[in-house]
Amino acid sequence: MAVSLLVPTALRGFTDRKAELTFEGDTVKEVLDALVGAYPDIKPHMFDENGQLRAFINVFVGDTNIKSTGGMATKLSDGDTLMLVPAIAGGR
Amino acid sequence: MIMNILDLIGNTPLVPLDRITGANSPVSIFAKAELFNPSGSVKDRAAKAMILDGVATGRLSKDKTILDATSGNTGIAYAMIGAVLGYKVKLYLPANANKERKDLIRAYGASIVETDPLESSDGAFLAAKNEYLNNKESYFFPDQYNNHINPRTHYETTGAEILTQTEGKVTHFISSLGTSGTFMGTARKLKEVDGRIKCVAIQPDSPLHGIEGTKHMASTIKPGIFQRDLIDSEIQVSTSEAYRLMKYLARTTGILAGISSGANVAGALKLAKVLPRGSMIVTILGDTGTRYLSDNLFSEGENA
Repeated sequence: MAVSLLVPTALRGFTDRKAELTFEGDTVKEVLDALVGAYPDIKPHMFDENGQLRAFINVFVGDTNIKSTGGMATKLSDGDTLMLVPAIAGGR
Repeated sequence: MIMNILDLIGNTPLVPLDRITGANSPVSIFAKAELFNPSGSVKDRAAKAMILDGVATGRLSKDKTILDATSGNTGIAYAMIGAVLGYKVKLYLPANANKERKDLIRAYGASIVETDPLESSDGAFLAAKNEYLNNKESYFFPDQYNNHINPRTHYETTGAEILTQTEGKVTHFISSLGTSGTFMGTARKLKEVDGRIKCVAIQPDSPLHGIEGTKHMASTIKPGIFQRDLIDSEIQVSTSEAYRLMKYLARTTGILAGISSGANVAGALKLAKVLPRGSMIVTILGDTGTRYLSDNLFSEGENA
């Protein structure tokens, strides 16, 4: 499956300033693994030392948070758009 | 006699954190409990000062709407103050702001324009500024990131209160930065009165972090009110450290404060470890933890 991944501004320093990336993957985990494979420096910012996605990062497939659809095992369809949404940072 | 709710802004308690440091700690830590401001955060101070300045200078009249960008707390403060003084309030807020923030803003009668969640607060700021520039005659735009009244009110109130409440014994001030107004104004006052006082800025350890409302300066738009020369040193804090201290604060002191408060206490504890005996650290508890309850931070595991 080819899917799009939308990158928040806070992480674009690790993706050559790219806001949108394309990866192959059948699940959310496969796509995030591909992201880390392509841009290894991003890993400690997204995952903790146990390999868990950090609690303040929400992953959406389309409009749906993966917390309600099976988490990292959430299945993807061709053309899906994934979005990484951090908690709000920067000025109140 | 209290004339209206705005008179309750400021003069917050300075709370000893000896339950956290231990009673025999060689270094004491005190926290300015800003969550006791009427809308629940330190932002009441700057919002009130900027709005009253707008009225005094004639830039805010009854036919205008107060417009600004916020990730939540300043918006809640504007909304409350707008309700008291009878002004409409319109706020640009990243769409991923949590439910409590949006509900509180609407509860006070203000309106919300949601901006791209990927762009965080910088996106909200640019959208609000654009709306203002296209319709200047309709709005009063306090522009909290660039309005010198923001740090000035902390110079006049927060900094002065800390000096009075510690009887001038404060040796270190430490805080995270959002607009940087609290830090800059307080630091300027403290240093002006006693040049020996050191001011330490807390920075998130990653551009991608969950310490809501705090800015990772290296990767975001630098506020116009930011002054590097007021910062003596920096201490990094991780999101998981901030979460842990936020919970610990609630469970040991009974103060249910927010994530930046957890970060500030975590930073103060790190600082305390390297200071000489007798030092006195003051930090800020910027907002109430009740507006983070829907995030399940107080009940979930610690994998931050």
